[in-house]
This record gives sequence, C-alpha cells and structure tokens, in this order.
Amino acid sequence: MNLALDIFTVLAVSAGAFFFLAGTVGLLRFPDPLTRLHALTKVDNLGLGLIVLGLLPRADGLLAALKLVSVWLLVQLCGAIVTQLIARVVRRDGSRA
Amino acid sequence: MSAAFDIALVALALALAAWTIAFRDAFAAVIAFVAYGLLLSLAWVRLSAVDVALTEAAIGSGVTGMLLLGAAARLRRTETPVTETGTPLRLASGGFCAVISACLAAVVLFASDLAPTLAPDVMANLAASGLGNPVAGVLFVYRSLDTLLEKVVLLLALVGVWSLAPDRLWGGIPGLRVYGQPSGILAFLAQVLPPIGIMVGIYMCWTGASYPGGAFQGGTVLAAMWLLVMIAGLRDIPAIGSRRMRLLVVFGPVIFLAIGLAGVGLAGAFLAYPAGYAKPLIVAVEVTLTLSIGVTLGLLAAGPPERMGQR
Repeated sequence: MNLALDIFTVLAVSAGAFFFLAGTVGLLRFPDPLTRLHALTKVDNLGLGLIVLGLLPRADGLLAALKLVSVWLLVQLCGAIVTQLIARVVRRDGSRA
Repeated sequence: MSAAFDIALVALALALAAWTIAFRDAFAAVIAFVAYGLLLSLAWVRLSAVDVALTEAAIGSGVTGMLLLGAAARLRRTETPVTETGTPLRLASGGFCAVISACLAAVVLFASDLAPTLAPDVMANLAASGLGNPVAGVLFVYRSLDTLLEKVVLLLALVGVWSLAPDRLWGGIPGLRVYGQPSGILAFLAQVLPPIGIMVGIYMCWTGASYPGGAFQGGTVLAAMWLLVMIAGLRDIPAIGSRRMRLLVVFGPVIFLAIGLAGVGLAGAFLAYPAGYAKPLIVAVEVTLTLSIGVTLGLLAAGPPERMGQR
C-alpha cells in the first residue's frame, strides 16, 4: 500500500514537473504574448495541480491536505484573473511587447 | 539532495539580483526585484526563519514591489535616455563597491569564533511572557522599544509621502490609479479574494503569539486586500485629511505607547508588563498594530494626494 502511494506520488509530481518544464519552454519559445500566456496557464493549473495531487498522500492529516488543495485553488483563481488582465491589455494595445 | 536545492536557490537568487541591477528598464528591474524577494523568502524558510520569510514575502517583495512599481510608472514620463558616464566615474564606483564587498566578506569570514548570542536566555525566559513564539517574545518583551520605534518610523514614512503634496491639494485624495470597469474581472477578484485575505491576515496576527506570524505580516495582507478593493474601484480612496483614517493610523502606536507608559507605574519600567498580564497586553498591542499597519501601508502605497475630493 505504502509502495503504491509512493509510486503515485513520484508519478504525479514528475508529471507536474513536466508541465512546469513544458510551460517554461513555451514561455521562452512562443512568438506572441497570448500564446505565451496560454503556455503559462498549463503550469498554473496542470503543473501545480499534479504536484499537489501527488503530495496529498504525504500530507499529515486532513487539514494539511485541505491546505494544499486551497493553495492550488487560490493560485488557479489569481492565475486565471491575472492572465485575463494581461490579455486584455495586449488586445487593447496590440502585441508590441 | 537538500544541499543541491540550497545551491540552486543561492545561484538563482544571485542571478536575479544581477539581473535587477543590469536591467535598464525600471519596470523590468522591479519585476525581477519582486521575484528576487520571493526567492529570498524561500531561503529564509530553508534557514528555519519562517517569521523572517513571511515578512520578506509580504514587505520586502509585496509592498516594496508595489511602491517601486508606482515609482517606475511615475518616472516613465520623465525618464531620459541613459547618459553615458565617464570612465573615471565608472572605475571609481566599481572600486568603491569592490572595497565595500571586500570589507563585508572580511567581516563574515574572519568573525570571532563564538558570536555572542542571547538565544538560550530568550528560550529559558520565554515562558514567563506566556508567548510560544520566541520571535514575538523578542519583539514585544525584550526589544519592545525597537518595535515601538519601528511603528513610529512607518508613521514618519507616511508623513514623508504626504508631504510631497502641493499646498492646494493638502488633505486631498491619493493618486492611486483605479482600474474600475463595469464588466471588470478585477472587480470580481476584488470581491472574491478579500474575505479569504482578511481571514488570513487576522489569523497571522492572532497566531503570531505562538507560531510564526504577527502584526506586520497580518497588517500587510490586510493592506493588500484594501488596495485591491480600491484599485478595482469598489470603494473610494479616502482623503488623507479624513479624521477617521488619521485616527486609525495612529491608533496602534498610541495604544502601544499608552501600555508602555502604564508599565512605568504598574511594573516599574517603561514598556514593562505587569506580571501575569504580559500575554493579553501583547495580543492587544498586536491587534491594534495590525489594524494601524494595514491602514498605514495601504495609504503609503496609495501615494501622495493628487486631487481634491468633492466637498
């Protein structure tokens, strides 16, 4: 059982790290601000989400697990809104950044 | 494994610090500075100084970052193309910085073997104050005069910002830019986030007596929520002449000072607490300070007055 949980943690955190890597590559390589934002959102929700998911079995107690999930939810909320705000500025001013 | 993490952290922090200096564009440099502050707070966590980490993230990175962004936005209008400095001046400043770095390195490398520390004494006597967090103990019991003066410095900083106002705008409304849109997604954030943020701020202040946290960190979170609501245009920015604002700003320091003065009569020394009442008094001071710090930091970030309110 413990081994299964460990494997689950390793797999989920590795998948999360992969999304972080992919998002960073996208941020550096994509041509314009909107696609770069698109790459970043993957990091926010999938990357962090998978890492939180992988760490859940390691949290001591339900409260700590809830804290992890709420960190993810807060990052989701703020990430989505900041992305929207940046995208609006880009659409208004054109993509000269 | 953890050594590898630490080395990577230090390398990243140094790289970001260099980036902050190297960047010509003020805006990009400020963004790098904020990221640098967050890395620094991670470093404090690695050193098990969670109180310092929270303060660094909240003040060093958050509020300072916002103040610097405001300054960068103001300076953008006046920014002139960078003038090339002459070689002698460059050499002189480079040499001067090298001397300072060498002196600092010498102080760190050739420090006396045993640095004098009072930490064991603090831990031995902490129980008498009823507090569980040694940092709060040092701040409010052993070094309470420093803590009091720190709050007064914050007040002076606010007076300094306000004094930038031209005479005709004295008592007017700070020039914080408002991004209020009817469909505004920012307005949505400013409605959803503050209930959570205010709870976190109050929790940080309350838990500060026993665990990492405290008035400064809690107050900063409260200030951030207030600023968010003002920037989204959900609440008006108060005029700096408003009596209520001014009372809130001095409320914490005045209560702190009053309790300190009462200590002269009741406990025999300025800022001493009567036996058995230390913890309730400290918590009372922390609560009032949190409120005052929140309002003061909010007004600091809002800047000097730029228009008069409708009377």
